[in-house]
Amino acid sequence: MKIKNIFTYCFISSLFLFSLVCIWKILVTLQGIELTNFNFNKLFIFGITLCAINLLIGKKLNLNIKITILALLFSIFDYFISINLPIWYSFGIFLISLFFFNNIKDYDKNFLSKNHSSQKLFFNFLTLFGITLFSFVILFPFYMMLVTSFKTQALLLLNPLDFSINFAQGLPELFKSYFIVFKDYNFGRYMLTSTIVSLGTVIITLIFAIPAAYAVARLNFFGKNFLSTSILIIYLFPAIVLVIPLYTIFSQLGLRNSIEGLLIVYTATTLPVAIYMLQGYFKSIPKELEEAGIIDGQNWLGIIFKIILPLSLPAISSVALYVFMIAWNEFLFSLMFLDRPNTFTLSRAIQFLNVGAETPRQYLMAGSVVVTLPILIIFVYFEKYLVSGLTAGSVKG
Amino acid sequence: MSSKLAKIEKRTAYLLILPSVLLVFSIILFPIFSNIWISFKNVELKDLRIPEPRAKKLVKSIKDNSNQIKIIYKLRNSSLTQEITNVKFKDKYPNNIEPRNLDKRCKFKSKLLQCEFGNWPKKYRENLEIIFQNTNNQEISKKVLKSYKPKLSGKSQNILLTYEFTLNNFKKVIKDKAFIDLLSTTFYYTFFGTIGAIIFGILAAQMVNQKFFGRTFVRSVLLFPYVAPVVALAYTWELLLDPTSGTLNNLLINYQIIDGPINLLGQKYVTLNILGFDFKLRLALTTVIIFEIWRYFPLAFLFILARLQAVPKELYEAADVDGANPLQKFLNITLPQILAVISILFMIRFIWNFNKFEDIFLLTGGASGTRTLPINVYQQGFSIGDIGMGSAVSIVIVVFLLIFMFIYFKLLGKRADEN
Repeated sequence: MKIKNIFTYCFISSLFLFSLVCIWKILVTLQGIELTNFNFNKLFIFGITLCAINLLIGKKLNLNIKITILALLFSIFDYFISINLPIWYSFGIFLISLFFFNNIKDYDKNFLSKNHSSQKLFFNFLTLFGITLFSFVILFPFYMMLVTSFKTQALLLLNPLDFSINFAQGLPELFKSYFIVFKDYNFGRYMLTSTIVSLGTVIITLIFAIPAAYAVARLNFFGKNFLSTSILIIYLFPAIVLVIPLYTIFSQLGLRNSIEGLLIVYTATTLPVAIYMLQGYFKSIPKELEEAGIIDGQNWLGIIFKIILPLSLPAISSVALYVFMIAWNEFLFSLMFLDRPNTFTLSRAIQFLNVGAETPRQYLMAGSVVVTLPILIIFVYFEKYLVSGLTAGSVKG
Repeated sequence: MSSKLAKIEKRTAYLLILPSVLLVFSIILFPIFSNIWISFKNVELKDLRIPEPRAKKLVKSIKDNSNQIKIIYKLRNSSLTQEITNVKFKDKYPNNIEPRNLDKRCKFKSKLLQCEFGNWPKKYRENLEIIFQNTNNQEISKKVLKSYKPKLSGKSQNILLTYEFTLNNFKKVIKDKAFIDLLSTTFYYTFFGTIGAIIFGILAAQMVNQKFFGRTFVRSVLLFPYVAPVVALAYTWELLLDPTSGTLNNLLINYQIIDGPINLLGQKYVTLNILGFDFKLRLALTTVIIFEIWRYFPLAFLFILARLQAVPKELYEAADVDGANPLQKFLNITLPQILAVISILFMIRFIWNFNKFEDIFLLTGGASGTRTLPINVYQQGFSIGDIGMGSAVSIVIVVFLLIFMFIYFKLLGKRADEN
């Protein structure tokens, strides 16, 4: 075991712990808590000691017990050097140190005697730091959206750096913006429209796409190759070059300000990718199954419904979820085609709120939460399907 | 027998694809072609309304004479710019009344009033008055009279279907002094947005490719900006960056990093002093690019992560045996393995960023030096109301798009050959 490696290990680890704690402390100061003495040097040295202890214990102790003890030690130490702080502050310190010690629990003397161990260590901590930073940068706007929607105008102006949610004020007061958004700004109606449009798009797209994808995947006909290459090319054409002709045609046909018009456009724009995704999956289904179906006397429709569909449910659900996401998030066409509030989708309604006379920001953010939350819930719940949809459909976005 | 089967197969195939082909043709391909048509025309937003002959029916009783009633038709041409030819008029009446004074252009026959008004010039207005007398001394019911609505028909030229063409739109697009600026802004935005998203995608994928606690959770979180609706995200960012009450400016001022608030979305240039040289940075454009990177790096991340997970473990084990350090492993193993994905990703993202409309539109609306080609399509077509100009700009986009697609498919073909 090299002495140099131990030093780098202790130094880098403690530095990482130290920066995490510092970020926490800075966030805490923004909440109006006075931290006159950060005690950086004491914390840093104590961190080094704990890292060394962690190394010494190695795997002699149950790892979970080890990290809990070390984290507790660290938080108690921090509690004693910084006096008169609320309990949630110390709890935050505890969680941070738990996270930290969980990440260094596997290191022992053997690891440090390996080649490049200090470099590996450095990259491991860089990764951890990077992940923390990335997650923070991603989540912060979402968090601010939520926090702002729970505030009142006065509170927002008073301290723009207050990131806390005041649960003490009671639920009706907390969700006031949501009540107003649904009651005065008619968001219930917009939500219904958005749901109808999105689900309608999914259903119609699948009805059109499944037979077409089956034909492209399985049947022989003149122009098949041309069709399957042109699907991709068509898919690459963006909405912005379609908007003016569609606007002129739809205004003259009276299809603007109608849900039907929106459904037609959404279906047509998602159809190529749906066909593209489905035909790839259909090709992977063994042909023998269909041949068995033909021998049983099934016609094409029977084969699609009784053999292909049940087998390709995963692919169909990922197409459905992906199309739902596109339709729910779509903005450009809803901006162009909908002028009357009674046909607005959620996205269009929020844009209308922002453009319209000075809407208080907490209402705008409440609306944003209303449009974002369903899609995030669906995403987290069906992540596996949606990710495969995203990968296949990633040509567009 | 087999040829018969093949025939059936063909017929079924056409039947199955026909609905999709028709829909895609009418909503995607047909508009792209009609874009070319419109771009050679002098059309404005207000010309899109088809001129209609209209009539408003007023029923008025006449003083001291309950046996007579006066009906006024307020006739007009709805268009302020176009003539309507061959206007015809029809209205129904109950069976107990007859007209007293009838206009020469009209006829009354078996409860039906029919008129032929000929041509109505633009902005045409006329009040047609007819007095009716009842035939059987019963009172004339106003309600019944009002319940019938007059029907009008007429022919007008649809400006979109005439054969008058002009090159003015394209001349205006190319001669516009801002055109070069527009192109450079678009390319600047596209290029840096794409490169940034890919770099951050590589970083994130490299990090998430290692095992750590909560990895699946982090992977979902990293995809949030890509799956959430753009409207909500753009407005949240606008709120964070707001110069007076925004979080970012207040944070920076609170820690005395900057002296006064910076309007990140509304300021065109900012002068930076680096090593004694003054650099002019396009501030609003840079902010929009950062938003773009933030929103689209997840996609690059997803792609590169999938590729990284397919890299054979033996390669890294062999490198360990050779004593390579982590940086060497990244440069010599990982990077060559993901290079193909990166090139495809670059092309796809480049094409899409080139056409990106919503993000800039919602953040700045194209103000303070963030006007790109797609924003210009919207502004020409809908803010200024010159549909023809908007179409011409769309055509410029399509031309660039075709060039990019050509390169993209060549690249794709080359990659397919390699595999």
